[in-house]
Amino acid sequence: MSSVKQRLGGMLSQLPLFLGLVLLWALLWGKFSWLNLVTGAVFAAVVSVVFYLPAVQLSGRINLWRTAWLFGKLIFDIVRASVDVSWLALGPGYTPSNAIVAVHLRTRSDLILTWTAVATSIVPGSIVVDIERVDSTLYLHVINMHDAAETDAFRARVLATERRIVMAFGSAEDVERVCRVRGEENRVVDAPGSPGPHSRPDLAHPAESSDPQHSDPQNGAQP
Amino acid sequence: MSAVWSDVITAVLVLLAALMCLAAGVGLLRFPDVLTRLHSATKPQILGLMAVTLDIAVTNFSVGTVTLVVAIVVFQALTAPMAAHLVARAAYQTDHLRPDLLVLDELRDARG
Repeated sequence: MSSVKQRLGGMLSQLPLFLGLVLLWALLWGKFSWLNLVTGAVFAAVVSVVFYLPAVQLSGRINLWRTAWLFGKLIFDIVRASVDVSWLALGPGYTPSNAIVAVHLRTRSDLILTWTAVATSIVPGSIVVDIERVDSTLYLHVINMHDAAETDAFRARVLATERRIVMAFGSAEDVERVCRVRGEENRVVDAPGSPGPHSRPDLAHPAESSDPQHSDPQNGAQP
Repeated sequence: MSAVWSDVITAVLVLLAALMCLAAGVGLLRFPDVLTRLHSATKPQILGLMAVTLDIAVTNFSVGTVTLVVAIVVFQALTAPMAAHLVARAAYQTDHLRPDLLVLDELRDARG
C-alpha cells in the first residue's frame, strides 16, 4: 500500500509542473475556456508521458510576496543593466575590460542553481560560461569590470539574487543555509583585507559535500 | 484612454525598443571579442522586446494579446540565456577569447 501512496505523492509533487503546461497551452491560445483547459490537460499528460524527463525536485514551498519581489527586482535590474550596456556600446570612451568570475552559490538544489543562472544571465552584462554542479559554482563572464572591488560587488549581487530566489521558493533547508552563510559573510566582510569568497567557510561543511544528490560525477562541465 | 496618450505611450516604448536594438547593433561592431559581443547581441534586446510587447498589450488590450505577450517574454527570457551560454561555453573552450581583456579569469584558475 505504501508504494501506491508514494506514487500518488510523487504525482502530486509534479502537479505544479503539470498545471504549468496547461497554463502555457491556455496562454498560447489566448483564452481560458473549458475546452482549452481540457485539451491542455490532455496534451500536458501526453507530453509528460512521451517526453519523459527525470522529475524536477520541487521544494514544495513558495512565498508569493517574496516571489513578486524577486520578479520586480529582476525587471528593475534588467532595465538598469540594459541602459548600462547600451551606454557602453553607444557612449564615447569605451575601453574593454572584462572578467570571468567564479561565484560559489550556497544552495545545493539543481532547480535553484538553474534559476540563479538564468536570472543572472538574463540581466545584461553577465553570461554564464560554465557551471560546476558538484559545488554549485557559476562561472560568469562579466562586462566592464576593472578591479577586484568591482568583481566582489558583482559576486555579492549574484549571491543576493540567489538569496531572493531561495527566499521565494527554495526549500526550508536552503533558506536556513542562505541565512546562516549571510551572517558569516557579514563577519568576513567586516574583517579588513578579507581575501574574498574563495575562503568562505560554508564550502567546508562536510554535510554538504556528502549530499547524495550531488555526488553524481557526470556533471557535463569537463571539457 | 484618449488617443493622444495611447500615441505617447507607443512613441516612448517603440523608441526605447529601437534604441536598444541600435545599441545591440553598435555593440556588435564595437566590442572586441566573442564573449563581449555576446553581451550586446543577446541582452539589450530583452528590454527592447519587453517594451514593444508592452506597447502591443497596452494599445490592443485584450486577454488574448496579454497572454500571448506574457508567453513571448517568458520564452525569450528563458531561451536567450541558454543560447548565450552555449555560444560562450563553446567560445571559451575553443580559446576564442582575448585573455588580455580579462582582469580576472577564475575559470582558468579552477581548471588549471
